[in-house]
Amino acid sequence: MSEPGKYQPYSYFQLMEVSLRELLVEKGVLTEAQIADAVEDMRQRSPERGAQVVARAWVDPGYKRRLLADGTKACEEIGLDVPALRLVVVENTPQTHNMIVCTLCSCYPRMLLGIPPDWYKSRNYRSRAVSEPRAVLEEFGLSIDKNRTIRVHDSTADMRYLVLPMRPAGTEDWSEERLTSIVTRDCMIGVAVPKLS
Amino acid sequence: MKVKSGSDPDFPRFKAGDRVRVRKAYPLGHIRTPYYIRGHRGVIERFCGVFGNPEELAQMRSGEPRQPLYRVRFLQKDVWPAYRGNPEDVVEVEIFQHWLE
Amino acid sequence: MGGLPAGKVEPTEHAYAEWERRVDALMVLLSGVHGGKRLMTVDELRKNIEALPPDAYDRMSYYERWVTSITQTMIQRGVITTDELGRKMSDVENRGQSPISAERPKP
Repeated sequence: MSEPGKYQPYSYFQLMEVSLRELLVEKGVLTEAQIADAVEDMRQRSPERGAQVVARAWVDPGYKRRLLADGTKACEEIGLDVPALRLVVVENTPQTHNMIVCTLCSCYPRMLLGIPPDWYKSRNYRSRAVSEPRAVLEEFGLSIDKNRTIRVHDSTADMRYLVLPMRPAGTEDWSEERLTSIVTRDCMIGVAVPKLS
Repeated sequence: MKVKSGSDPDFPRFKAGDRVRVRKAYPLGHIRTPYYIRGHRGVIERFCGVFGNPEELAQMRSGEPRQPLYRVRFLQKDVWPAYRGNPEDVVEVEIFQHWLE
Repeated sequence: MGGLPAGKVEPTEHAYAEWERRVDALMVLLSGVHGGKRLMTVDELRKNIEALPPDAYDRMSYYERWVTSITQTMIQRGVITTDELGRKMSDVENRGQSPISAERPKP
């Protein structure tokens, strides 16, 4: 958001970004167009894409099997390009709830879902999601029954993760498109579950 | 420990279900084996494939020898002394073969 | 960082500023995706972030850490030099000022 004519000094780091970018362009490493295209490309990657994958798995058991076997191939199967992504999909069941974190930095299936939220990258989430997942989930308003087990996945190396939530009761006659509307980003990270609104 | 490579007949060394222990070592450099899991015992959940070694890639080198990568499952109650939750709660971590024994 | 004592998770989000999106895009391109010349790896990005002093890490926002790390990597790899960077940063600063950006994000 900017008002025409209203300026403020670059911060040191904004100065660094402009300078680095201009130097790389001058040296022929990149073009401004490539950078602009890459910015736009990442804008288009959003949780809606992950919701499509989940909804398809809910309506098509064969697709679900393929998704759990090879997440990347299954995304590509429905026309979602996910360059360099090695996706592992983990399924919520009545016995098990899954939750994703990257304790070491902020690894996330960005090529599918886009840029992760601030809280996912925060010290507090990264520290406590592994050691006290139930307490963290409570803070997100999600209570997991003591009888269910929690699987926390720490994304430490080359794999990236997507939680396949359970399909809520009452959606049996919903279209695939309508199903996507209840699959939020937080459901696919594992800090929420789909809700009928 | 014998250094494994792509030409070694039993590379990768582990398969799903194998019990493993994460080495307890604290060297300098860029490491993707979290502190909290070093020294702990777990079970291989799956073999993920062979990848460049991030410790080497971080130093602007080739990442060789490439290492098999596994997802390893640990019981939370084994990892955290004060863990309160279901005793079957687990944490699953990707660990490179050279950190496993 | 896993298992360290920490506070409540504040479910904060912020709208990313254009410069932050450009930093993100730069990393994607420099790691060789979307036809970019592969000049660095995500491992170097992470290593250089880990090398930040603890107080600097906490004072900097996420993309401030990224742009610092990427720039450091480019210097380490000899793609740019410290001298070039310094002169360019002075040029840019003297040239003009940036439009008001979105609220500075919290680290």
